[in-house]
Amino acid sequence: MDVISALEAKYVKDNIPEFKPGDTLKVSTKIREGDKERIQAFEGVVIQRRGRGTGATFTLRKISGGVGVERIFPLFSPNITKLEILRQGKVKRAKLYYLRGLKGKSARIQEKKKEEETGAES
Amino acid sequence: MEGILGKKIGMSRIFNEEGQSIPVTVIEAGPCPVVQIKTVAQDGYDSVQLGFGEKRKNLFTQPLLGHFAKAKLEPRRILKEVKNAKVEGMTVGQEVKVDIFSVGEKVKVSGISKGLGFQGVVRRYNFRGGPKSHGQSDRMRAPGSVGSSSYPSRTFKGQRMAGRMGGEKVTIRNLVVAGVDLEKNLLLLRGAVPGKKNSYLTIRKIS
Repeated sequence: MDVISALEAKYVKDNIPEFKPGDTLKVSTKIREGDKERIQAFEGVVIQRRGRGTGATFTLRKISGGVGVERIFPLFSPNITKLEILRQGKVKRAKLYYLRGLKGKSARIQEKKKEEETGAES
Repeated sequence: MEGILGKKIGMSRIFNEEGQSIPVTVIEAGPCPVVQIKTVAQDGYDSVQLGFGEKRKNLFTQPLLGHFAKAKLEPRRILKEVKNAKVEGMTVGQEVKVDIFSVGEKVKVSGISKGLGFQGVVRRYNFRGGPKSHGQSDRMRAPGSVGSSSYPSRTFKGQRMAGRMGGEKVTIRNLVVAGVDLEKNLLLLRGAVPGKKNSYLTIRKIS
């Protein structure tokens, strides 16, 4: 292993559930306000995953009060306390930037069916 | 000891206690043997000469081999002096390791910057170039005037023009030490340092 990946291995977590663009996630992060700490949750659709090692990030997009909100999380951030997959979506792109131009009904993502997941190999 | 020699490995990012992501440069620093100690009495100034890196033995010149043999050391690729170092207590052959630095300390890093070849004046000196519109053609990255008319009837020396950029010694000051790994001889500095990967660097304390 090269020096940099050996160094990053300390920060790279292996207990992160596998998720893909199109999935809906709920991410709980630690927020520090003064000397108090609290947990804040952000729920949204994964529109991109990028990077390797400690630099890996993902972007969540949600519509909040009629306004599109996107937030980028470092995948291995120690501030992420919980990462839940709420829904697996069926999409044909790795980067779902096209969602930014859509709203309402057309911005929905079809849910992945159980049969598709198992039947895809055959 | 006031400084050490190292090799740039590359960049990465790590997380600090607050969970913030910090961009770091990974440097393989030391261990550097002390090859020669210069003193005011003998050489007119105080400095410690360090060696670092490997090179095939047949590539060394005889004078250099003799210099290393005098210190009873294997020949090293790089020889650099750390000036104004405290000479007392240093012995020839002693190894300088990364533990001379501690996390949070500020350092300066010197190295040879990336060679960028022949570059225009916009890239090289951050000139603004000419206007895009108002009847202009071929003026977008032009340097503009290089001097006045009948007086002085010449272009002053030092006028900034296009030319070779990079490949020169650059020193970056006030970089913060983000991590020290004595076992693997690694030094992590917050931010970027001059040069390409595998280029040699001098890391010195700020005095």
